[in-house]
Amino acid sequence: MSTSLILLIVALIGIVGYVAGARRAMALAGGLSSKLHSRPGYYGSFIALWAIVPALLILAVWLVASPIYINSSVRSGFPEEVKALSEAEQGLNFGMVSSLARGMNVLSLEEIERVGSNPAELRAALGAKGVPLAGEPQPFMVEAAGELNTMTALSRTAMTIVVLAASLAGALLAFRQIAPRFRARNRVEKVILASLVVASSIAILTTIGIVLSMLTEAGHFFARVPAWEFFFGTVWDPRFAAAGATDSEGQFGLIPLLLGTLYIGLVAMLVAVPVGLFSAIYMSEYASPKVRSIAKPLLEVLAGIPTIVYGFFALTVVGPFLRDLSSQVNGLLTGDYMNFIQAQSVLTAGFVMGIMLIPYVSSLSDDIITAVPRALCDGSLGLGATRSETVKRVTLPAALPGIVGAILMTASRAIGETMIVVLAAGVAARIQFDPFEPMTTVTVKIVSQLTGDLEFTSPQTLVAFALGITLFAITLCLNIYALYIVRKYREQYE
Amino acid sequence: MNMMSEAAVEKALDQKMSDVSHKMIGKDVSVYYGEKRALFDVNLNVRENTVTALIGPSGCGKSTFLRCLNRMNDTIENCRVTGKITLDTDDIYDPQIDVVELRARVGMVFQKPNPFPKSIYENIAYGPRIHGLARNKADMDQIVEASLQRAGLWTEVKDRLHESGTGLSGGQQQRLCIARAVAVSPEVILMDEPCSALDPIATAKVEELIHELRANYTIVIVTHSMQQAARVSQRTAMFHLGQLVEENDTDKMFTNPDDQRTQDYIMGRFG
Repeated sequence: MSTSLILLIVALIGIVGYVAGARRAMALAGGLSSKLHSRPGYYGSFIALWAIVPALLILAVWLVASPIYINSSVRSGFPEEVKALSEAEQGLNFGMVSSLARGMNVLSLEEIERVGSNPAELRAALGAKGVPLAGEPQPFMVEAAGELNTMTALSRTAMTIVVLAASLAGALLAFRQIAPRFRARNRVEKVILASLVVASSIAILTTIGIVLSMLTEAGHFFARVPAWEFFFGTVWDPRFAAAGATDSEGQFGLIPLLLGTLYIGLVAMLVAVPVGLFSAIYMSEYASPKVRSIAKPLLEVLAGIPTIVYGFFALTVVGPFLRDLSSQVNGLLTGDYMNFIQAQSVLTAGFVMGIMLIPYVSSLSDDIITAVPRALCDGSLGLGATRSETVKRVTLPAALPGIVGAILMTASRAIGETMIVVLAAGVAARIQFDPFEPMTTVTVKIVSQLTGDLEFTSPQTLVAFALGITLFAITLCLNIYALYIVRKYREQYE
Repeated sequence: MNMMSEAAVEKALDQKMSDVSHKMIGKDVSVYYGEKRALFDVNLNVRENTVTALIGPSGCGKSTFLRCLNRMNDTIENCRVTGKITLDTDDIYDPQIDVVELRARVGMVFQKPNPFPKSIYENIAYGPRIHGLARNKADMDQIVEASLQRAGLWTEVKDRLHESGTGLSGGQQQRLCIARAVAVSPEVILMDEPCSALDPIATAKVEELIHELRANYTIVIVTHSMQQAARVSQRTAMFHLGQLVEENDTDKMFTNPDDQRTQDYIMGRFG
């Protein structure tokens, strides 16, 4: 029986259980639902949950566990000379076996009997049915494939019986528990609580998983390249050409990338913070509700633009504009029309990234400024302070910790930004402090290290994970610090 | 003889006029919140160096009227005020009038104590600093001390002037706010239910303070407590449904009011 059919039957048992449970509860209460501890629907849900949840859990475990068990038992039946091969080659052999097994399901019985003894014919017959085989199947493979098919079929039948039995048993057991004073509502709500807990732990577990996978890969990298060479190296030269050659490992200095990241981030923050903060002050303190209701969503639309689009904007508009502007300025001043701003530069990337970040700063700060109690502003206005004096001396100081938190969160976005930098600042990793020259960032290098057809074991590729974990650590620290500040500020007023 | 008597009458009238010199005069004051009308042609005068209590059931417009007196209603969207209110001789809704200057002359204390999240000293110095009332640090120290003394808070906080104002107890915070209002030397102080968030002991202290402040300031206080109005005020005005029902000497108001509605409200029959 196919998995989806099993699911359907379990669902049906659940629905029948629900209806039966609700009816039974009403009947026990003599038709007066006020005599029941819980509403009839809760009794129904209780039965449905018992019918569905354990059965699904068994199904899930079975689906995961049975292929693993079958694989290992089929592999243990391989001849000794195959077992002596390396893990990867055993895997290849098993791959053949499983394609064979799949192919034999497609063939009819007569066909199998006809070609079963002749591997070459078998391959041709399977090819004709659309199941290509990588090589000539060996006799032991055909045997193993047959065994695989038998075991799979057996496992499936057993699974169907066990799951459906579990579902029915769950429903019956739950049904027998129903009594007017039975606390069905509390039980059902416990299950709901559990599902909420599961949902929220998925996000946390995923984060942990990401960190662990990056740590493992970064560990492989640090086994090849010493950590101090990575963290304190001043030259970024991964030597793609020499990848695989044993004598030259390339140089993986983090410093030029980190400096580029921080420099571009700094320029972006210099643009985003004043503009965003001033617009937040205008929105929250001066704008009439009408202006606010139009301007605020418009500003937030900026946050919805994909960063690659900002990258186009930088590449085709801002970069050339700054380059031409600089050459005009230079011409006016010295008579030499040589541009001193490159089209791809720290300034271009920082400026465009700053524009991208404006809505984050302004939206977060706006919320924080609006959260300052109105009584405080009234107190200041009541003393004869003007609006701007009130903003400057009362509202902003009160909101400052929250605003700092907002800025730090924005900074961690700036550090993680990739697409704008690729298009606007280039990919040249170097240490220099001229904002008019190209530079590059950690994220850009992660992308360029991973997009290529290098094997996954070379330091050229593995370095991406070391870069990733470094970036992750930086933004994590920034975010934690920002949250800490924001929380501390909240305590002041609540 | 006749002339003499006329002169005597005039003198008597003068006497009476100076007795009841009006600090603020409200004439046909109406307030609209958008389409909704909250005050209907209120004519109410505030006597100098007197505590005037505004009483009435919730939503009757007493706080709205109070907030008209220093134009705090300006900070509310869609709020419109018609009629005329004068402070001494100045029309406070005259476009020529600087609302900032007006609020320096007519200070306000709010329902909930709202000290700034700054030190006690900075809370008091805030107003004088904005209005440039102190020439130097010594001047400012003096203003802070005098204001705190006026508010009866000096002995309690003089050793911790540089601790946060939000760390004081509720009653102390409210007296700090009164000191803060006093520090800019206003002529009138408006109080919007200043004791509603305080316990009885703190309330008694604030009421005592209002008594003392009366010598130097004109005070208008909104209160829900009949006893408080009787205790602290000399004049009482009763509002109902946006209208001024009656305005009278407090003693008369609480013993023999002119209007039946006042009688009913004071006896607790409605509101």
